Amino acid sequence: MKTRDADRLALILLLTPFVMWIGLLIVLPHAGVVLLSLREKVAPRMFEYGLGNYIAFLKEPIYLNTLMRTAVMSLLVTALALLVAFPVAFYIAKVARARSRAALLLLCLVPLWVSDLVRAFGWIVLLRETGIVSSALQALGLAAGPVELLYNDATVVVGLVYTVVLFMIVPLVSTLDGMDDSLIEAGFNLGGSRLTVLRRIVVPYAMPGIVSGSIIVFMLTAGSYLTPVLLGGKTSMWFTEQIYDQFITRFNWESGAAFGVSLLVFTSLVVWIGLRLTGQQLATTVARR
Amino acid sequence: MPSDLACQDVSKRFGRFLAVDGVSFSVPGGSFFSILGPSGCGKTTLMRMIAGFEDPSGGDIRIDGRSVVDTPPNRRNVKMVFQHLALFPMMNVGENIAYGLRCRGMGREEIRRRVAAVLDRIGLPGVAEKQVHQLSGGQKQRIAIARCMVLEPDVLLLDEPLGALDLKLRERMKIELKLLQHQFNTTFLYITHDQSEALVMSDRVAVMNHGRFEQIGTPQDLYHAPATAFVAGFVGDTNRWDAAVVRTEGDRIAFATTSGDAMLGRWAEPSRHPAVGDRIAVFVRPEAIEVRRGAAGTVDGGEVNRLSGTVESILFNGAASRLLVRTAAGHIVEADLPQSGAAAGIAQGETVEVAWPAERARCFLAGAAAP
Repeated sequence: MKTRDADRLALILLLTPFVMWIGLLIVLPHAGVVLLSLREKVAPRMFEYGLGNYIAFLKEPIYLNTLMRTAVMSLLVTALALLVAFPVAFYIAKVARARSRAALLLLCLVPLWVSDLVRAFGWIVLLRETGIVSSALQALGLAAGPVELLYNDATVVVGLVYTVVLFMIVPLVSTLDGMDDSLIEAGFNLGGSRLTVLRRIVVPYAMPGIVSGSIIVFMLTAGSYLTPVLLGGKTSMWFTEQIYDQFITRFNWESGAAFGVSLLVFTSLVVWIGLRLTGQQLATTVARR
Repeated sequence: MPSDLACQDVSKRFGRFLAVDGVSFSVPGGSFFSILGPSGCGKTTLMRMIAGFEDPSGGDIRIDGRSVVDTPPNRRNVKMVFQHLALFPMMNVGENIAYGLRCRGMGREEIRRRVAAVLDRIGLPGVAEKQVHQLSGGQKQRIAIARCMVLEPDVLLLDEPLGALDLKLRERMKIELKLLQHQFNTTFLYITHDQSEALVMSDRVAVMNHGRFEQIGTPQDLYHAPATAFVAGFVGDTNRWDAAVVRTEGDRIAFATTSGDAMLGRWAEPSRHPAVGDRIAVFVRPEAIEVRRGAAGTVDGGEVNRLSGTVESILFNGAASRLLVRTAAGHIVEADLPQSGAAAGIAQGETVEVAWPAERARCFLAGAAAP
């Protein structure tokens, strides 16, 4: 009896911080946001519950277009991050010696020691009209005048890939790490070419890592604010900017909350479609057996 | 006989470590050849060179008469059963077996037919749709072999594939592997550290130690006529004593063990000759030792070693039961437990006499340590 009570106490003590964290910092604020988004202003300081904010959102093409644009760009960033991260992760997990593995992974972490903001300004220093790249191009005679490399979609995509690629590398390394080398050798031994082994053995094996990395990267990208604003400027048209606008500039919290909920629902939908298309389940990718 | 696989003076060096040191052998077509050695002796490296996963530092490997040293692993017609089988977990059984055929660009219908045929041959018809993890250990084993055999390789390499199985299943798989080899009539090259696996299944066995082959021969040769002290100690159960040569007379050796027993033995290392005073290792198999009740009876001839002692303990294991006898000088002698005749029913603490012919005591120069 005594030990069962002790077990229960231990369980409660262990669970409390987690439950509080989920409850106070995630469930409660989101419930608040959802409630807020359902309030319609009918007169000064007079509110009614209804779907008016959502209807207004759906009726205005610019909002919907921005959301679509954000989703497409985020998918592009996710795909590029996967392309960049896969060889890196494969090298770290399978080619590098055990001793250098930790060091290489740490090297990937180094950019995270600097704040998002500073890293974005780093890009600006490089890419602005009077920046390093522009000056170098002029010095080499490859450009006649100053080149503005900021404030276009390509720069935003590159900046975002740079910011999120680590979150793709880590899950990939951990799944590839669990892969027995003899699977790859068996793939060659049975007559497979490099491409066959990659396509039929390595990639399918890494699928849970690919999917979980892609979910993290897609969510981070779609919800990012700093990088699109700083590198894309006013033209970046990122959906988070619309949310910021509603909350801060227009002081229309109800509408901003509706935008926020819409973003959450929409990105979740994209993730769900992605899971269905790859035949993976959230439980088997994020929490692997 | 045409040889499917031949190695000529193959070496492999990792930095300053010589893992495989000038190994030469050839395997006759359709035979079961084993490489037996303790872990770290270089047998896995040798196999990986044959499969093409390592490049030899020297020497030549010929498969079906052609040198394959410059052939990449996916172009060699040797297939390998890996230690942990390496069945692809993301494919079902049928896809696993079909993988190699698909790599060859074979048609869908032909693949389906061949997969079904090979599953029939290994006695697992109808499992093509199952997932790998639904199979038992022995079934996985057979699927791993089928996945290779469906490609009709010149040589099948097996890298200790029974190591992960439990004892009972391992005993059964030994017999099954031998039967499969007969059935497919393909050359099997089997790597193991378990001497009973090698002896039971092989036509010929190479005993490997420190990157070299100590002896190549039939299981009977290795057991009854080991060429080196290492082989004598590694293959089969044996008593081993350290001794010094007292007198030599042709291949008869008189020696004194370290604790002072004087005995006779036979010199078993034709390449070297002993001198008086040399340190030697003496090996006597437990089944060569006769155990008699009570003190010494009459001696028949001078070619028999006799010692008296007391029974220290009885290791009962059915037909393979053993008796540990401590001699007057303090040696432990391991002998087969007599289970019938006058000596049946010997009990612990009894005084017994142990005897064995000089012919059965093999002497080698000491130096190579027994495992």
